[in-house]
Amino acid sequence: MKILVQAEAFELGAEVDAMRQGRTDIGAIASFVGLARDMNEGSGVTAMTLEHYPGMTEKALATLVEAANARWALLDVTVIHRVGRLLPGDPIVLVAVASSHRGEAFAACEFIMDYLKTQAPFWKKEETPQGERWVDARASDDAAVARWHER
Amino acid sequence: MRVRVLYFARLRERFGLAEESVELAGTRVADLVAYLQARGGVWADELSANRPFRVAVNQDIVALDAALPDSAEVAIFPPVTGG
Repeated sequence: MKILVQAEAFELGAEVDAMRQGRTDIGAIASFVGLARDMNEGSGVTAMTLEHYPGMTEKALATLVEAANARWALLDVTVIHRVGRLLPGDPIVLVAVASSHRGEAFAACEFIMDYLKTQAPFWKKEETPQGERWVDARASDDAAVARWHER
Repeated sequence: MRVRVLYFARLRERFGLAEESVELAGTRVADLVAYLQARGGVWADELSANRPFRVAVNQDIVALDAALPDSAEVAIFPPVTGG
């Protein structure tokens, strides 16, 4: 398990290669990369700054990865979330999940992202032509997490 | 008892404060919130019952009726928007 909160960029290929390194028991790796968009809520976004709660962030990410581990038979998980100022097109978050079969990998990857969006203490502030604004939480993110309680 | 209170993101900016130490008579998160609301102004506005703030005690998100241990690290922040 690898959990990182960092300002630096990450590279999906390198992270997936690191998971596979020296192992032949992995049958599937599912991954997700979230990117900074140039548009949100109908206006252009020229940059965003991600703030977090040092200490709690790492703890919250570890807790949700443990929850995924308890739910599915996973072989490895990598979560990397960037903080600081990012530009449109920049990668923000990476989740990669290794398992024996694709079902667990796909499901756990989505589960971790859904919980990360609502539980991990990160906040986005966008720079737009109209000025700076804090991004509001979305009801659809709460709904995405609620789905996992029903399954 | 005394607790350390941290503020993040929009609330940190609204309160103009990142961190403070609070001497409190009560023992619940709700007691701390009531104490802060009583300051009036932006405190009463942002911490009113219909505003969607979150509270973490020792780095776990908790409900308002949760206990507040002495010397706790409490954080008050808006709903999270990472990912």
